[in-house]
Amino acid sequence: MDAVEIHRRLRERFGSAVSADLQAADWSTCAVEGQSIAAVCALLRDDPELGFDCLSNLSAVDCKKDDTIEVYYHLLSYRHRHQIVLRAATPRPDPILPTVTHLWPIADWLEREAFDLMGVRFTGHPDLRRILMPEDWVGHPLRKDFVEPDEYHGISTRRESLLKL
Amino acid sequence: MSLINSVPETLVTAKLDDVLNWTRKSSVWYMLFGLACCAIEMMQTGGPRSDLDRFGAVPRATPRVSDLIIVSGTLTLKMALRTKLLYEQMPDPKYVISMGSCANCGGLFQLAYSVCDGVDKVIPVDVYVPGCPPRPEALTEGLLKLQEKIQQERWLVRAPDADTAAA
Repeated sequence: MDAVEIHRRLRERFGSAVSADLQAADWSTCAVEGQSIAAVCALLRDDPELGFDCLSNLSAVDCKKDDTIEVYYHLLSYRHRHQIVLRAATPRPDPILPTVTHLWPIADWLEREAFDLMGVRFTGHPDLRRILMPEDWVGHPLRKDFVEPDEYHGISTRRESLLKL
Repeated sequence: MSLINSVPETLVTAKLDDVLNWTRKSSVWYMLFGLACCAIEMMQTGGPRSDLDRFGAVPRATPRVSDLIIVSGTLTLKMALRTKLLYEQMPDPKYVISMGSCANCGGLFQLAYSVCDGVDKVIPVDVYVPGCPPRPEALTEGLLKLQEKIQQERWLVRAPDADTAAA
């Protein structure tokens, strides 16, 4: 099944929660309303003709201009050899999305990573805590407005340029 | 005839400090502390071709029996705290080799938000080995430099009295 057909089926089932246009760049991407992402993913996984059995990637992008954070879901079906990318936007000051961990267990760590580095909170996630940064780290370092602290537990994060010595 | 010539030829005389240092430098046990790609070169250095064993340096899996920690690889801020903890668990006298650009100064990643710019910000370093990553020859040279340093240490000399030193 090609991405156009997958997109048509999603539009048929979810209406305006799925964007009308399908961006056909390297990856066929369609935007999905944030709150319906879990329902859309459930259909994509459970419909036997769609059969997306693999969440191959989940990442977040900070779109500071639009004041949103976009979370990308790269889905792949080993059974039918087709793929699609979903994009869910969520407001930047308070980014909340429903979890998809109950559909693909790998989403557990991927969502923790998005939470750690971007601050996206996934409701319903069983264990949403930092995965890469230290537990007591303040802020989410891949946000565009993240300011690096001067020190961490007494360890200075600044070093003079060796070229100036 | 001097006294030294009167002892049998099977005896060797030396300064006690030198003997102690010779035994210590000949069994520098290093803790396995591979953090990144430098660890691959450290494994190679311990392997049969380069063979760090011939200098008495053998890998240990715990800091409590180690004399040396070879910090090999990028040190993140998260790991820096653990590095300090492991260093404090090592018994004195203890030594540190900083291996590769990342451990020396943060290297390629020194502007990253999560990287500690050099292990010397956390624990005192005895020998810096430059390179990205250093070849096994370079790390072997680093160990030999450390052995030179150990050989020159003096443990049995009385420390100068504070009053005498001031005068």
